Amino acid sequence: MSWEAVIGLEVHVQLATKSKIFSGASPAFGGAPNSQACPVDIGLPGVLPVLNAEAVRMAVKFGLAIDAEIYPYSIFDRKNYFYPDLPKGYQISQFAHPIVGPGTLDIRMENGDTVAVGITRAHLEEDAGKSLHTSYPGMTGIDLNRTGTPLLEVVSEPDMRSPAQAVAYFRQLHKLVRYLEICDGNLAEGSMRCDANVSVRPLGSSELGERSEIKNINSFRFVEKAIAFEIERQIDILESGGKVRRDTRQYDSERNETRSMRTKELSDDYRYFPDPDLLPVHLTSAYIAEVKASLPELPEARLARFRTELGLNDYDAAWLTNDPVIADYFEAALSTTGDAKLTANWIMGDASAALHRDELEWGDCPVPAAELGRLIARIKDDTISSKLAKTIFDALWVEEGTVDEIIDVRGLRQLSDSAALRGIVKKILNENPSQVAQYQTGKNKVLGFFVGQVMKATQGRANPGQVNELLLDSLKEGATGKE
Amino acid sequence: MFGSVRISASQVFALGFAAMTNIDINHLCRLAKLALNDTELRAVRRDLDRIIAMVDQMQAMDTHGVEPLAHPLDVEQRLRPDEITEKVDRERYQEGAPTTRDGLYLVPRVVE
Repeated sequence: MSWEAVIGLEVHVQLATKSKIFSGASPAFGGAPNSQACPVDIGLPGVLPVLNAEAVRMAVKFGLAIDAEIYPYSIFDRKNYFYPDLPKGYQISQFAHPIVGPGTLDIRMENGDTVAVGITRAHLEEDAGKSLHTSYPGMTGIDLNRTGTPLLEVVSEPDMRSPAQAVAYFRQLHKLVRYLEICDGNLAEGSMRCDANVSVRPLGSSELGERSEIKNINSFRFVEKAIAFEIERQIDILESGGKVRRDTRQYDSERNETRSMRTKELSDDYRYFPDPDLLPVHLTSAYIAEVKASLPELPEARLARFRTELGLNDYDAAWLTNDPVIADYFEAALSTTGDAKLTANWIMGDASAALHRDELEWGDCPVPAAELGRLIARIKDDTISSKLAKTIFDALWVEEGTVDEIIDVRGLRQLSDSAALRGIVKKILNENPSQVAQYQTGKNKVLGFFVGQVMKATQGRANPGQVNELLLDSLKEGATGKE
Repeated sequence: MFGSVRISASQVFALGFAAMTNIDINHLCRLAKLALNDTELRAVRRDLDRIIAMVDQMQAMDTHGVEPLAHPLDVEQRLRPDEITEKVDRERYQEGAPTTRDGLYLVPRVVE
């Protein structure tokens, strides 16, 4: 029998606010344990949560970017469960009235297909703390710094049919929240965490099979691998006549397998009710319109513009727009060079390779976009050769100065003075009569030798096109005996 | 999880209680992490029966066309500017904790 996988994702997006969602403490990553947990966060009696305006704005931005309905009325509920890293005994979340309603995110597959993934809803909630199980024998350490960090939980429809589609969706969501500047997108620090709901059914069936939920996957690669493993596991069960049990599972990346954490029925009784400490949130249409007007150019629009207006091919346009920091860098360099393709080549080639070599992010690139732009402009105006441009790029990388300073200090200006070059060419031909003779018997390959000699004599500064021309001219003259 | 949740707060409330006409008091105790002896269980059951009788009375009201109410105050949520305003005095907050170490609160081991 052929099987079809049905996948939906719930992604927790950590909002990049300066303070927490209900308190004025810092949500910054990496602080000393409990140094960023204030009385509201640790649930001391008598404290009251006060909603962060920026968290609301970021949620609305997201909703508008996926063409979702923004509900003018939303409420916060208490989700009740007991765990030591949840000091109040409940998490403030949104249940019946989320802030963002149904929307759509289009994903593009490698084969060029576009899949529209429905987004059921997105709601605001607070994060819980962290439990450290390993360092203290018989005890669990609790760090409440993360408590109260604002999260936007984005719930998709079960619209994905393969691990590749699921990871493409996760990547597209990652790209979108970075463009919107509502999340730093740092997966390693848990800024985006993904739960995957996976089930399989006979191909052609319209009913959903029993599903399992894989919790807390925090890398693109693991999303793909965990789901792929889970699909195989469920198919094996079904093909051997068994039944898939509804449960919550954990992905073990070292063993590449998912393991059951708990069966769902028992734990999933959260007794939601409206939080009496928080009033309903009302959003006016004027507010929503104002947020809409503040939206930046979105990834798909930028991709389309790079293709149509700048004439870049699909691959280059997708590569450059994948990360808004790269796209900004590219456009800043382009404003100096005016040559999209050459600028793209430098960014995707030398610059990207150097960053990779030094394990740096684009945001830390030691060569400012304007300098790279100037370097490319100097190639285009024939001040330097492409070959020497790479030397200058390396000098820029170690911050030797500006492009023009490096050209001057190192004397790298291209020799385009015909008279001077002609003199050098003549001299080299005179010094190498046997090679000239070889050339004249039809051994054209000797030309390369002469080019090399001229370059050596000019420390690589000669304009290669011009050198070729002059050599051919002079050799022809020699052949016909003219001087 | 899947499909849009389109139920109102009062419906959640009603569903919760409708399911309790036959109260599984042990399930409630598990959820609330309460260990009650037989005498206490009987007392709690008596209280819950009375509470549910009261809720049943409210359920009998015709609320057709009445907007669900999430909060008794007819005021909307004020929003706070996104600024760090809290100074954290960890030592003081941890004075009341039974065990702390390295800045962490220590609790009996929780095994997943």
